[in-house]
Amino acid sequence: MKKSMEELMKIGADMKEKLGIRDEKNADGTITKRHVLVCGGTGCTSSGSAKIIDKLHEEIKKNGIEDKVEVVRTGCFGLCALGPIMIVYPEGSFYSMVKEEEIEEIVAEHLKNGNIVKKYLYKETVMEDGSIKSLHETNFYKKQHRVALRNCGNIDPENIDEYLGTDGYKALEKVLKEMSPEEVIQTILDSGLRGRGGGGFPTGQKWKLARNIVPNADQKYVCCNADEGDPGAFMDRSVLEGDPHVVLEAMAIAGYAIGANQGYIYVRAEYPIAIHRLEIAIGQARDYGLLGKDIFGTGFDFDIELRLGAGAFVCGEETALMTSIEGNRGEPRPRPPFPAEKGLYSKPTILNNVETYANVPRIILNGAKWFADMGTEKSKGTKVFALGGKINNTGLVEVPMGTTLREVVEEIGGGIPNGKKFKAAQTGGPSGGCIPAEHFDVQIDYDNLIAIGSMMGSGGLIVMDEDNCMVDIAKFFLEFTVDESCGKCTPCRVGTKRLLEILTKITKGQGTLEDIDKMEELCYYIKANSLCGLGQTAPNPVLSTLKFFRDEYIAHVVDKKCPAGVCKDLLSYEIDPAKCKGCTACARVCPGGAIEGTVKNPHVINKDKCLKCGACIEKCKFGAISKK
Amino acid sequence: MSTISSVPFSGTPEQEKKLREIIAKHKEEKGCLMPILQQAQEVYGYLPIEVQKIIAAETGYPLEKIYGIVTFYAQFALNPKGKYRISVCLGTACYVKGSGDIYNKLIEKLGIEGGGCTPDGKFSLEACRCIGACGLAPVLTVNDDVFGRLTVDDVDKILSQYA
Repeated sequence: MKKSMEELMKIGADMKEKLGIRDEKNADGTITKRHVLVCGGTGCTSSGSAKIIDKLHEEIKKNGIEDKVEVVRTGCFGLCALGPIMIVYPEGSFYSMVKEEEIEEIVAEHLKNGNIVKKYLYKETVMEDGSIKSLHETNFYKKQHRVALRNCGNIDPENIDEYLGTDGYKALEKVLKEMSPEEVIQTILDSGLRGRGGGGFPTGQKWKLARNIVPNADQKYVCCNADEGDPGAFMDRSVLEGDPHVVLEAMAIAGYAIGANQGYIYVRAEYPIAIHRLEIAIGQARDYGLLGKDIFGTGFDFDIELRLGAGAFVCGEETALMTSIEGNRGEPRPRPPFPAEKGLYSKPTILNNVETYANVPRIILNGAKWFADMGTEKSKGTKVFALGGKINNTGLVEVPMGTTLREVVEEIGGGIPNGKKFKAAQTGGPSGGCIPAEHFDVQIDYDNLIAIGSMMGSGGLIVMDEDNCMVDIAKFFLEFTVDESCGKCTPCRVGTKRLLEILTKITKGQGTLEDIDKMEELCYYIKANSLCGLGQTAPNPVLSTLKFFRDEYIAHVVDKKCPAGVCKDLLSYEIDPAKCKGCTACARVCPGGAIEGTVKNPHVINKDKCLKCGACIEKCKFGAISKK
Repeated sequence: MSTISSVPFSGTPEQEKKLREIIAKHKEEKGCLMPILQQAQEVYGYLPIEVQKIIAAETGYPLEKIYGIVTFYAQFALNPKGKYRISVCLGTACYVKGSGDIYNKLIEKLGIEGGGCTPDGKFSLEACRCIGACGLAPVLTVNDDVFGRLTVDDVDKILSQYA
């Protein structure tokens, strides 16, 4: 049922009061009602959060406290490494790596009797003297500043009322009732918001072009790029899973600003939870009259449809994405004309990514200055990073632009596991580059990253330690781009393939110094001549590893050694006769029958037969076998 | 990728009825081919040339355009999948944590290449790019079950669950 203004305001106000429970400040005095928030994002669902929710309901019923406890399935809290995660409010007790068998005790002790079960809490929140510190004081959260992710992990993404309780759709109302489209665009321009999908193009500029470039266009479109293709980035998915309405609201605002009444969200088919929640959100928004005809009685019409991607990385490129929505092979086309002039179905179109949209409603409500006060001179606001790889706190973090890589990796990320040394961080995915230890104190923003040969990209941040071979990493990304090159233009289709061949040759120990020079030349050729962003940036992983880790390439071609011990063809396994006790364990486990020797005498590896599988090293109790 | 699957087409009349309903529902929409192909794959599990021919005839789009789309996107399959679809994440976060070794171990254990299916139709194996469970890296999925924080030694244990 379409809701009147008064009804919407009442739902929002009631819900706001109810959401007050989810604030530690309200933990004083007698607690009469608790909210248990369980993460239902992809990470925690994969570690079993659905079973936790079932068990909670069962135990709560058993204890007869249904009226005192509400279980809410939220989106991502960010600390995926510790999933499944559960937070009990108003105390803000953060239970991590929750197991099904712990629920009985937590429900009876904490939810019924009010005694927090400290042994199951996230260790960092329990102090030595037994007191409990707030989650916001922990290393992982204290330097974070959540704008795009502010509702993720706080509200039920499948309930529009909870979104309304966080001032949801108020920005849309303000825009429609109090602002002209030009004012909206000016606000976005003044905020300094730049595209969070990779390129960093000023969002307001894009909107302005789409508004003005074709006078009297009969139809315009607003698109959302949710085809998060960078392997290792999952911030867009988390926003869609945790706060889908923020994207719908922002798209409607964009529609009003440029003069469009139809939106499309192009979302990866690999994100079933995100798709499901988007479908629910669109249905609810239509139901309340927040999408559809005559929104807020202002005569403004706007509706949104979902389009599913089908697994093509190139469809993250704007023209390819639009070609795919039109029902074709997702190949890019030359620009100009830019989509602002001729985009989807040849109509003026804007395309922004999910995280960019997630900032928009807050900018409208809090003002451009509020946003522009955060960040660095040319990169405003915050950025979400997906921390992954060799790091303790894998997960999602949002920090102000200008935070240093060291702060992100060492403080928020909790450093590198097993006492290993930081070697490099990879940003920008297959289009980006590596940041070595010497740039550990770089302030992360668009321009600083480009200056050191990487790029912001969509925000994947993969940490690598001394056990990762940089030539192998470059080869990994090239395998990806070769696979994903759409084949339309030759420099990308053939060039990346040749690059990969040279890299493969090097990792096999058959490369020469001349190959390295040839490869570098080819990189610049591909960058200069490819049609779209995919090809233009595909050589970046090679160039940046060459720039910072040239010695590793040289070790591969001159010394025929892989210093990190990754490239199999360059490894040789040896048994130290002084340490070998002749126990025969290695010979028995060797699948190739390559280890020879008799009981109680030192064994020897026959290098011609050795498969380099490493099974012997794992088996040897005396540390006698090494790989070099 | 070959045009004609080595496995004989065994579509049922019920499936064809469903397919025709899907086509009828979408064919007037702009950009209808993607949703039709996606839903057709849900019905058949893959998109054999026989299904593509029906879509071509019903929508009026030439078969070569449809075949071009099907072969362009990684999600569309020309060959049937196994009863248990094993998908190993080779996204960056999983890769630096050793998912490549797990993938190779599966190739060795199952005796099939990536993209292939065991002769008994039980297991198919593919590599995928980031399912977004980077916190659990390295990760693989079997149908809808997710297995995370894996080591090479877990492979046997997982396969035996589906034996």
